[in-house]
Amino acid sequence: MDWKWSQEETAFQQEVREYLKGELPSGWGKTVFYDQDDDEQFKFAHEFTKKLAKRGWLVVSWSKDYGGQDWPFWKQVLFYEELAYAGAPVVGINAVRYLGPTIMLYGTEEQKRMHLPGIASGEIVWCQGYSEPNSGSDLASLQTSALEDGDDFIINGQKIWTSGAQHSQWVFLLARTDPTVPKHKGISYFLADMKTPGITVQPLIDMTGGHHFNQVFFDNIRVPRSGLLGEKNRGWYMATTTLSFERAGVEGPMHAKRMLENLVEYAKQTTRNGKPLSKDPVIRQKLAQMAVEVDVARAIAYRVATAINNKQVPGPESPALKVFRSELSQRLGQVGMELLGLYGQLKPGSKWAPLQGQIENLYLTSISSTIAAGTSEIQRNIIAERGLGLPR
Amino acid sequence: MDISLSEAQELLQQSAHNFLQKECSLRLVRAMEEDAKGYDPELWKQMGDLGWLGLVFPEAYDGTGGNMMDLAVLLEEFGRALVPGPFIPTVVQVGLPLLWAGSEGQKREHLPKIAGGELIGTLALYEPTVTSEPSGVEATAIRQGDHYVLNGTKLCVPYAHVADCLLTVARTGGGAAPADGITLFLVDGKSVGVTTTKLGTIADDHQCEVILQDVRVPASHVLGDPGTGWAIVQAILAYGAVARCAEMVGIAQQAFEISLNYAKTRVQFGRPIGSFQAIKHKLANMVIDVDGSRYITYRAAWLLGEGLPAAQETAVAKAWTSEACRRVVKEAHQVHGGIGYTKEYDLQLYTRRAKAAEIAFDGADAHREALATLLNL
Repeated sequence: MDWKWSQEETAFQQEVREYLKGELPSGWGKTVFYDQDDDEQFKFAHEFTKKLAKRGWLVVSWSKDYGGQDWPFWKQVLFYEELAYAGAPVVGINAVRYLGPTIMLYGTEEQKRMHLPGIASGEIVWCQGYSEPNSGSDLASLQTSALEDGDDFIINGQKIWTSGAQHSQWVFLLARTDPTVPKHKGISYFLADMKTPGITVQPLIDMTGGHHFNQVFFDNIRVPRSGLLGEKNRGWYMATTTLSFERAGVEGPMHAKRMLENLVEYAKQTTRNGKPLSKDPVIRQKLAQMAVEVDVARAIAYRVATAINNKQVPGPESPALKVFRSELSQRLGQVGMELLGLYGQLKPGSKWAPLQGQIENLYLTSISSTIAAGTSEIQRNIIAERGLGLPR
Repeated sequence: MDISLSEAQELLQQSAHNFLQKECSLRLVRAMEEDAKGYDPELWKQMGDLGWLGLVFPEAYDGTGGNMMDLAVLLEEFGRALVPGPFIPTVVQVGLPLLWAGSEGQKREHLPKIAGGELIGTLALYEPTVTSEPSGVEATAIRQGDHYVLNGTKLCVPYAHVADCLLTVARTGGGAAPADGITLFLVDGKSVGVTTTKLGTIADDHQCEVILQDVRVPASHVLGDPGTGWAIVQAILAYGAVARCAEMVGIAQQAFEISLNYAKTRVQFGRPIGSFQAIKHKLANMVIDVDGSRYITYRAAWLLGEGLPAAQETAVAKAWTSEACRRVVKEAHQVHGGIGYTKEYDLQLYTRRAKAAEIAFDGADAHREALATLLNL
């Protein structure tokens, strides 16, 4: 057992911190915040991502055969933690973590040649077409259809919650190729060019006022055979089995750590009724509890990381991590609001907004964190059923 | 970075689990709650033979050369089995302080006896002032020639009624800070003037009031240097907190397993109650609480075992685990319904012990405040 980073790892950690400090504007994550839904800032983030790729630091978990770094496992963990801690604006992480490894596992040589370099360089941005208006938690019930027409597929349907579709050049999606079999067994995995005639992207503005999500409509779009990834009707299993490190979000707690540090700083610098907020016993309890929970989230994350590294059969630990850190972010948003009092409601960009309105933003965005990527309710069902063997 | 147990620790865990399943039944646990001594001397002897009592002592003192992380592994199994007796008071509250601060003579006198199961010890710290702060120590120790004379009242002293050695915290002087002038004494449990009365406690864990009336203690029985004993007390509190955390992990694990089993087998409305989402979600929450507690405790125990600073990590572990363990046993009661409320059903044994462990060495509020200070708030 060893809860400390080695000397080598600590030196690498320092290297990453210095690189990020050099690449990101001064005050990034503390007084300057990234709005991923803003088009101009997205351009900056895309450039940052491509630069990271040029340094060889985008697809660090990929094998060297595909342009990766084949880094030792814990080095990857450390690296992703540092990116999260700094709030580094990496775009297209879904392609790096989900799609790329799926293509490596199931793709033809032609598909690998066609798509992997663009992901590895950070050049090509992908969006993910899974959820539909009638298929959220019950994703397997999806109805977007893909009918064979000669060597092509004709796809019809509608996707929702498609993050970043407005910036994406390609989409990876699940569509139904066989409506006559049980729902999980008739789904296929497709790769489509967003410029394909018949694809329409419609913004879906969220409650923060941001343009993050979209609806994407597929109206008789034609996808060539090279757009089918893996075996027909095996899409569900390709998309949902095998827990890989990339998907576990082990570094997630570091976002909370950064925000908590900003709150601690604020508490020390701000006086109310003649006393620094940091001397109020109630506030001390709340901030200390958040510090406790951030550490516990990291401990659970390392437990997940260890399980993945040892290639253990996935147990309840990964959904447990997702539930805990998403709910932690909500508690953190609430503590932040309590700390800021009247000013907590001031939005990013508003005069007088403390912490550049980040608490108002966190409070709202964290509402989605227990819903996206598997709701807390579904995750708890998964823990209970798949993890603990309770009857469905 | 590697948070897995070593092979040796896994072996210790397995062998402790198997041994305790056989030799420390819940029948014994229940019997010891009502028993005058409160521990089984036969089991105590066996723990000495197995090397558990000397686990964290060097071999030079008849120990097995383990560290706090190894002890945490053992204590988790103790928690699972609800082992009754003065293990933590003896090993962590008296044995370790002797190791840290004892003279060579004191170490040679006491440590092998502890390791061999021949000496029971306990820390007499808390007083009617009911605080872990040094200002709470009002018991006095006045020097008279080659002796000190101790007077005071100590509360909630575990197993004082059977202790051979009461490590007593008293004031030999004062100073600018409340911690100045505090001294630790190795008081013979059978000393004239020591009166022990059992207190009734929620976990039936044999905590006592100890009244010291003109108790004469040789000056050679001072542990460490007179007047600077508070630093040792702080270390005892830290190690004690982590020890109880490890115990709570085991308690929570067992309460969780009992609940999971009950959810799979108890049928209502024509189906196992574990098929209802409300029950599933309680068990899912237990996974988070138990896993979080285990690994946050391991982190603190590992640092202590390596002799590294662990003040923050200890506060985090005790703050979290105290509340997580309470949540687990509370939800376990909800899963069980009425039967869990009976004395006959085993769950209540875990619930009451969990509460004692939560309170011991301070609960979550105090550790959060300590953490706030460590974070420079």
